Amino acid sequence: MQISGMLELLHRPWPWYVTGPFLGLVATGLLVIGNKQLGVSGNFRHLCAAALPRNVTFFKYDWTRSGLWNLVFAGGIVAGGFVGGVLLASPEPVAITARAHADLASLGVHDFSGLVPHQLFHWGTLLTLKGWLLIVGGGFLIGFGTAYAGGCTSGHGITGLADLQLPSLIAVVAFFAAGALASHFLLPLLLTG
Amino acid sequence: MTTTAPVAPVARARERLLPVYFLAGVLFGIVLTKGELASWFRIQEALRFDGAYLYEVFASALAVASPLFWTLERRRVRSLAGEPIVIPPKALGRGRRYLIGGAIFGLGWGVTGACPGPLFALLGAGVGVIAVMIFSALAGTWVYGYLRPTLPH
Repeated sequence: MQISGMLELLHRPWPWYVTGPFLGLVATGLLVIGNKQLGVSGNFRHLCAAALPRNVTFFKYDWTRSGLWNLVFAGGIVAGGFVGGVLLASPEPVAITARAHADLASLGVHDFSGLVPHQLFHWGTLLTLKGWLLIVGGGFLIGFGTAYAGGCTSGHGITGLADLQLPSLIAVVAFFAAGALASHFLLPLLLTG
Repeated sequence: MTTTAPVAPVARARERLLPVYFLAGVLFGIVLTKGELASWFRIQEALRFDGAYLYEVFASALAVASPLFWTLERRRVRSLAGEPIVIPPKALGRGRRYLIGGAIFGLGWGVTGACPGPLFALLGAGVGVIAVMIFSALAGTWVYGYLRPTLPH
């Protein structure tokens, strides 16, 4: 009885006041362990430097020295995603607000189970132009933009902002402004019409 | 007897900590999935201004991390690896790279609902097609590196 109650608790999604502080502690923990700054997008650069540096200056550096820890960290994220997204997956659909639910339903989203809508994120979508734009085009923008800005939602959004760095504030404002525009105006084009 | 390069012990210390970084990554991956930061629905909720969850997460994360960062740097605490904890300031320059690069990333984030951390977490959560998105992100990074000398920064 008690054990099943505990398992039920572990499967429940976390409230913001657990998620946020944990995020802050992971960022602090990396500094304490080895003076490393929480960040993930640098891994795209490290992988390019490892696999296909060619004659591009941006990829000519010793990635084993500066990037190995980060690649190992990313490997851990994959494993953690399995733990949190499969082993401890929440049995209920995500508890977004009623307004968000209605808003997304009006765009044609009908399945709210899992972490991503199955209608958009499955292999078959790659056979449609819109699906290809979403997966391949979206991924390209993420890789290009984070390399250009020198960081992502963790590197700028957590590490940089927590350290009160102005460049990170500019980047985060740009992420959110462009993200809101894309969600309001590009997403409807990819979902309907 | 034989003279070894002075970097060897440092490199060994670096390798010794790799399992710790892996475990930190596991914890981060659990936070991203159980905290629903890898949820497309949660990101859309935030970017469409339909709910406060993501903003509450960011605010509380910064409320915890910021004073801790400040204390670590101010007190010149050394990391377990032995070096003093310093977060190097990012060069502002004319700031254009942060504005333009950030906006380009934001466009991708707004439609896919995924940023780099969640991409890796979603791969582990079994969303196979995310592998294609990671590959495209690598292509995007490579093209940026190639075009970098011609872009405004």
